[in-house]
Amino acid sequence: MHETDMTKALILTVRDWWESQPKPPEISHIHLIVGQFTCVEPASLQFAFEVQTRNTFLEGATLLIRETPLIAFCHCCQQDYHPEIGVQYACPTCRSPMEDIRSGRELKIDRIEYAVSEKPEYNKVTV
Amino acid sequence: MHQTFDAALEINLLHANQEGADHNRAHFDEWGITCFNIMSSPGAGKTALLERTLAALTNEFKIAVIEGDMTTELDADRLRQYHVPVIAINTGRSCHLDSKMVSGGIHRFAHEYNPSEFDLVLVENVGNLVCPAEFEVGEHTKIALLSITEGEDKPLKYPVMFQAADCLLITKMDLAPHLDVDVNQIVANVRQMNPHVKIISVSAKTGEGLNVWFDWIRSQIQPNH
Ligand SMILES: Nc1nc2c(ncn2[C@@H]2O[C@H](COP(=O)(O)OP(=O)(O)OP(=O)(O)O)[C@@H](O)[C@H]2O)c(=O)[nH]1
Ligand SMILES: [Mg+2]
Ligand SMILES: [Zn+2]
Repeated sequence: MHETDMTKALILTVRDWWESQPKPPEISHIHLIVGQFTCVEPASLQFAFEVQTRNTFLEGATLLIRETPLIAFCHCCQQDYHPEIGVQYACPTCRSPMEDIRSGRELKIDRIEYAVSEKPEYNKVTV
Repeated sequence: MHQTFDAALEINLLHANQEGADHNRAHFDEWGITCFNIMSSPGAGKTALLERTLAALTNEFKIAVIEGDMTTELDADRLRQYHVPVIAINTGRSCHLDSKMVSGGIHRFAHEYNPSEFDLVLVENVGNLVCPAEFEVGEHTKIALLSITEGEDKPLKYPVMFQAADCLLITKMDLAPHLDVDVNQIVANVRQMNPHVKIISVSAKTGEGLNVWFDWIRSQIQPNH
């Protein structure tokens, strides 16, 4: 259910950016990065996004989610490893606990693709 | 004619919540208050633990409670019997507290009481093993509860909360004789992802382990008070 809140946060953040632009651009794609070691389920987020952007400035925009894997660094072995979520988090080589998460906690808006129409601006005085 | 562009934002989705949490924490620090965020699945025993804690520590510390509940004030009413301020926050359809809701709660609290007189604010989050872990509310310390009736595998299945916890309370220990649960396995599963977490086994029913919990609370209270 928190996907609803995450989507709200997403829309508010993008709106802040959108309103700060000199001319409100038409957003076509939002690129999101979601780590596998977060509480966010990409499919639910996708669904929430479609529902919550209806009749807003983001209507029709596409949400593209890139998932990043859980990667931890083992200080004992001095190397990265991939913990198996739900099964095993300790280092498979030396059994040291997972301490240093290098990837998998991301929840961020990476970039936005948008178009700006080049129609003449009628509100500007042309000499 | 259209020209397409690309803007790099690189903004954390929880940025606004994080800012709110920092704001709340700054208030707590200014008032010399330590704040705990208490999280667990529904029914793991958060309110029962708070009842025991208030009964034991209100002579020693000035305590207030922020009670997050989806619809009712049942838990808040249970705790009001201990004559401490209990700020109830109905989260509505939201399955967790966020920093904005808690901010509303603490401003209400500061309006009605003198917050500088207080030592400890206990936030009971909504019963939910998943979402509260992602939404900081301004706490100094995260407390997770896992009742032994939930099984050894829960930390493995719902790792985010257990990985972030500063203290884990394994609750309802009085039920251990009736169950095939291996408490050592719970501990081992949590330590795999959170080696430094303080783990205390307790029973709100018999009182087992509560003195260890109370001592741990004493060790967390901000010293400037
Ligand atoms: N046997 C036993 N039962 C307990 C213990 N602690 C709590 N319970 C029972 O577990 C049930 C739930 O306890 P609560 O304290 O309401 O749990 P909670 O985590 O606050 O629940 P929510 O706020 O609804 O998520 C109640 O029936 C309690 O009496 C305990 O230490 N031993
Ligand atoms: Mg409760
Ligand atoms: Zn290793």
